[in-house]
Parts: sequence; C-alpha cells; structure tokens
Amino acid sequence: MLKAYYHLLMRDLRLALRNRHELANPLIFFVLVVTLFPLAVTPTPDALRAMAPGVIWVSALLAVLLSLDRLFKQDYDDGSLDQLMLSPNPLMILVLAKVTAHWLLTGLPLVIIAPLLGLFMSLPMDAVSVLIYSLLLGTPVLSLVGAIGVSLTVAVNRGGVLLSLIILPLYIPILIFGANAVDVATDGLPVTGQLLFLGAVLALAVSLAPLATSVALRITASR
Amino acid sequence: MLEIQSIECVRDDRLLFSDLSFSVADAEVLQIEGPNGSGKTSLLRIICGLRLPDAGKIKWRGETIASNREDYYADMVYIGHLPCVKADLTVLENVRSLLDTRSLSLSNSIIEAALAKVGLASYEDVPGKALSSGQRRRILLAFVELSQAKLWILDEPLTALDVQGVELMESMILEHRQAGGSVVFTTHHGMQLDCEMRSVQLGQNKRKLQQDQDGC
Repeated sequence: MLKAYYHLLMRDLRLALRNRHELANPLIFFVLVVTLFPLAVTPTPDALRAMAPGVIWVSALLAVLLSLDRLFKQDYDDGSLDQLMLSPNPLMILVLAKVTAHWLLTGLPLVIIAPLLGLFMSLPMDAVSVLIYSLLLGTPVLSLVGAIGVSLTVAVNRGGVLLSLIILPLYIPILIFGANAVDVATDGLPVTGQLLFLGAVLALAVSLAPLATSVALRITASR
Repeated sequence: MLEIQSIECVRDDRLLFSDLSFSVADAEVLQIEGPNGSGKTSLLRIICGLRLPDAGKIKWRGETIASNREDYYADMVYIGHLPCVKADLTVLENVRSLLDTRSLSLSNSIIEAALAKVGLASYEDVPGKALSSGQRRRILLAFVELSQAKLWILDEPLTALDVQGVELMESMILEHRQAGGSVVFTTHHGMQLDCEMRSVQLGQNKRKLQQDQDGC
C-alpha cells in the first residue's frame, strides 16, 4: 500500500519535472500579483504592511485554485484514472499520493517564496515566520479540499467556474484564519489560536478529503 | 468465475439492456457483440466495476465485486478505448507505472521481453509522445500480458492495430486461455480465434435505441 503511494507520487513528480513550464505557472502568478499590488496603491510601508497578509494569502489561494485543474485532468483524459480506480490498492491512498504530489509542486514553492514577498511588503520578521507557518499548514488543505472539487468537475468541459463555485466557500475559513494569523502577528500579538485552528483543519482534511475525493471519482467514472 | 446476474443499464433515459445474465468460466473466451450504441462499453465498464448497474449483480468467485473489490481487481485487468500512455514518460516507464497500479514490481528484463513480444523491442527509452497510436495500443498489450490477471476485459483491443498486431492479440488470447484464464472482449474487426468461443448479443430487441452513436 505504501509502495503504491510512493510509486504514484514519484510518477507524478517525474511527469511534472519533464514539463517544467507548467510547474512555474502558479508561482509566477503568485509573485506577479503580490509585486503588482504596491504599484497600484500607495506604497508607504505602513499601508503595505496593513495589506500584506490579505494580499499574500489571497494570491496564494488563487494560485493554488488555478493549478487544481492539473490534478486529475491529464489522467482522466488519457484513461490512467480508470486504471487507478481498478487498482487493488485503496483508491484513497492513490488520491493522497496525487494530492501530495500536487502540494509538493504548487503549495511548497509558494511557501518557499512567500518570505521574500513578505519582506517585499515590509512585514516584520515575526510576521514573516508566522506567514510561513500559516501557509505551511494552509496550502495542503487547499490541495486536499481542492481535490474533492476537481474530482467532481473533471468530466465537465470547462468546469473551471463550477470548480470555483464548489471550492471557494470551503477555502474561505482557511483564508480568514491564515490571513488573520499574519495580521495579528504584525501587531506583535500571540497567534497560537489561529495556527492551532489551521492545524486542526489540516488534520481533518488529511483524514477525510481523500475519502471524499475517491468517492467523487467513482461517481465521475460511473457516468 | 465471473457471473453476471440480471443486470440492467439505463443511459440518458434509454434502456440499453435489461435482465442480462451470463457467466464466464475459467479458460473461456466470450465476445460481446452488438451494433454501435448497444451498450458494449457500458457493459464492460459495469463488469469491471467502474460503472454501477441500474439493477442486478456481478459476482467474482461467488462474491459480489463491490464487497470484494480488492481480490477482484487483483484478478482482473481492463483496457478501454483510451491509451493510458503518458506523453512524457518512456515506454518502459509507462509500462512500469501501469504495473505499479497493480502493485507488480517486475524486473526490467521481464518487461523488456514482453515489450519485444508486442513488437516494441528497442523502444524502451522512447517517450510516449513519439509513438504512433498503434504503438501506444501495443503498450497496453504488454501491460495486459504482464498483469498476471486471470480475467481480461478488453474493449475494442484491435483499434489502431495492424495485421501483425491483430495476429498478436489473437495469439495472446489463445495463450491466456490455455493457461486457464478467461477473456471478455468486444470488437468490430474480425478476430479469428482458433478455439471455442461464446458470444453475447446486445441490442437485438431494442432497435429504437440504436439511433445514437456508441454508448460510452
């Protein structure tokens, strides 16, 4: 079972590394949005600092949302998804492997580049570390919950709007607590509560989202 | 042994078939026949559990496949219309990743022997995007050959194959049958199988249903 997880994870990573330009898209989007913001508004350090948590979190969320389509689309189009569903291994484990690969290829790069953008938006150092923690806890949830939506819409041509409609309401709590954690940290207040909440949501998502996704995939395949 | 018990399939408010029952014993080859849109692909997808029947049961070795998915999928291999080939993976990696879904880790030499058998010798390191559609189908044949499955479910396996490919498929089915395996397949091409073969006819009494194109 672990072997099946590992093999599928490695396959997806290998496929992504052979297709690097696609890989860079969410990251470029993230960096562009955050860097364009100061150009469009008054770029005083105070104003930037006040906006930074929201701007960075919203951009990260949208960057993940834009990359979600990739999660099952290719496998669905070439029939590999059927083979995954016909695997003697639990589909949940395979879904988890695909989501892990998705996070490693989109969420993790965002987390890595975020501190730079935080400094760029003149966030204090304490807030930058909170930004890293909140994204580290929040972006996996975005991938996990996103997978549920993608598995429902993968068979729909141009299901992008539908996907956003399904997913965005579920993303909102993550956005609120993630951005709020950074916001509170810029004022030098404790953020344990927000981070614990994000951690709890992550635990919930890891345990339930793959199950929901695999059921949704079976529904999609039965059409 | 596979048992299909009075299954029914409705697609877009059209009844494709109902009360369909048959069984497939070990070492038996069964062809599903019927015109386009008669539900052959839907039937095969129901048999392999990808699609749920609107009524009835499918049993493998006496147990329903829904309750026994793990064992059934270890014994069964399915190939459909789609090639399952990744453009950015080499032929060898493609076969490997297909086998990984079945948790089979075979040595390179075994895989290379199977690739040679399906006519892809020396193509091991060629990426999928450089292959013709017939060669992509041959990757699937190698996968079926290596799958160690007892039950083969083949949906139009001859699509895009040349004359040698068709002969290869025929000989693979005969070999598999001799080894005690069973095959359920559909095809619109003539397959000359030198063995006893049963067939199930779909869409006979349902002329009005045939106006649309292929079922799946």
